[in-house]
Amino acid sequence: MTRRHKEYLTGYAFIAPNIVAFLAFILIPLGFSLYMSFHEWKLLADPKWVGLANWIKLLWFHVEDGRIVANDPHFWKYLGNTIYLLIAVPLTIVVALILAILLDQPLKGRIVFRTLFILPVVSSTIAVAVVWSWLFNTEFGLINAGLRFLGIKGPSWLGSIEWAKPAVIIMMVWKQAGYNMLLCLAGIQNIPQELYESASMDGAGVWTRFRFITVPMLSATIFFMIIMGIIGGMQAFNAVFVLTKGGPAEATTTLVYYVYNNGFQWFRMGYASAIAWILLIIILAFTLVQWKYRKKWVYGEQGN
Amino acid sequence: MTDIVLTRRVKTAAWKGICYVLLVCIAIAMIMPFLWMVSTSLKELNKVFTFPPQWIPEEPMWSHYVEVWQQVPMLRWYGNSTFVTLAITFGQLLTSSMAAYGFARLKFPGRDKIFLIYLATLMLPFHVRVIPLFSILSKMGWLNTYKALIIPQLANPFGTFLLRQFFLTIPRDLEDAAIIDGCSRFRIYSRIIIPLSKPALATLATFVFMGVWNQFFWPLIVTSTPEMRTLAVGLALFKGRFSTDWPLLMTASVIVLIPSLIVFVFNQRFFTKGILLGGVKG
Repeated sequence: MTRRHKEYLTGYAFIAPNIVAFLAFILIPLGFSLYMSFHEWKLLADPKWVGLANWIKLLWFHVEDGRIVANDPHFWKYLGNTIYLLIAVPLTIVVALILAILLDQPLKGRIVFRTLFILPVVSSTIAVAVVWSWLFNTEFGLINAGLRFLGIKGPSWLGSIEWAKPAVIIMMVWKQAGYNMLLCLAGIQNIPQELYESASMDGAGVWTRFRFITVPMLSATIFFMIIMGIIGGMQAFNAVFVLTKGGPAEATTTLVYYVYNNGFQWFRMGYASAIAWILLIIILAFTLVQWKYRKKWVYGEQGN
Repeated sequence: MTDIVLTRRVKTAAWKGICYVLLVCIAIAMIMPFLWMVSTSLKELNKVFTFPPQWIPEEPMWSHYVEVWQQVPMLRWYGNSTFVTLAITFGQLLTSSMAAYGFARLKFPGRDKIFLIYLATLMLPFHVRVIPLFSILSKMGWLNTYKALIIPQLANPFGTFLLRQFFLTIPRDLEDAAIIDGCSRFRIYSRIIIPLSKPALATLATFVFMGVWNQFFWPLIVTSTPEMRTLAVGLALFKGRFSTDWPLLMTASVIVLIPSLIVFVFNQRFFTKGILLGGVKG
């Protein structure tokens, strides 16, 4: 055995534990789930090949009484719900930007504030969702109590079709703002100070400097946050599971919830796999967009 | 001239004042849920349903913090979460650091291709793998065991990526000297690379710890009996059962939140670094 071969072997030995787990629990299941999406598969029965039937049911339409009807209207409804909840993404970024700008000022105690703003990020989604379902309580929740002080009769947040989605969004913004704030803060602190100084010399005010220096210089960060927010938001499940169980009247059932119900409540494993693969394709598309522009983002990071 | 300096000072002070007021307002809004959680956890059940809401309970019910352990198997869940989290954190640090060393320093055929496949899977949603994983584990009879909770999570492409990038920044001279002295690769890895990588390892450990401690979907589906639940799953199901006993639910939430908040406060700089390295979702 030559020295080179020995090095090869050492190399494989080093990656072996990781790659075995990677193959067994990441790569093979990934392929296997695509295979499963072409089957009808109750958990205990043998899988039955059904070709594209699951995919056609999910994505195709048929005509009923002269109207075009989706083969699985639920799927489209849940996809719509999931996309609706993505409203949280831009809202989170706006809040994060405000926080980051405030924390960028030379103020005392900003470390403490920064820590406070990150607490929701590191908290268990389940635990904070339990807390928020109490905050959203119609009769005695803190939010409606606050509204009552202002003379407003608060809605039945988690019990009404119109308000359940906004309630979930509010909690998501609260939970995620600190994460994006850290990214914004890093982005802001990478902006060369000279830009602001020379702009001030030219008489630019706070708003002008923000609009024409901060925002453009942060564009890569903002883009990154949008993509990551969409990728994360498409997988929304935990908060909804605790807050609303997907209700009322399926108003907050998300795609992942549909995967969960099909796979682990109704044991339609093949159908659940097909839904999961559609989710994967959507996320893959956003990932590719992000990779395409990643160089810019990385460049921006190293530009300082 | 002095006038200009003065107005500028006034302006700066006013701006600072506005910033402070805003910061304090937002900070209050952000920590309100936490305060309300603690406040409710200390109230008697019938004192919870009042208007206007009471912030400081007249008689704090510390007994809830005893009672909750008796009402539900919290202690068992705590043990499960702790064991599973530590096992996965340790396991991932080991497999990731070894693989990262291989990818960063050793030459072998297919190395870069394999690494690229790792990277490609980074963003893929976990939910795509979950159904096959579940059926594989069910065939193996692993459902509702610690094996099911731990072993499928021992590979972490993100951790491998993170550590590889860090290892690449370690100067090669140190290793070259050790190789000339006849050190084996494994010795170099364990005696030189690992000790030099403590900050990176701590960053990864912080992330993995918080991710696993807070994870929900996987333990929800692979466990089926109360004694195998983790804290997050136990709490979610507890909420379904005792949906109106808010003081007890808030007490349980406090207990679930404390470990990750402590880990965060003590590892804040590692956490921040991890997020900036392209980190993890919450």
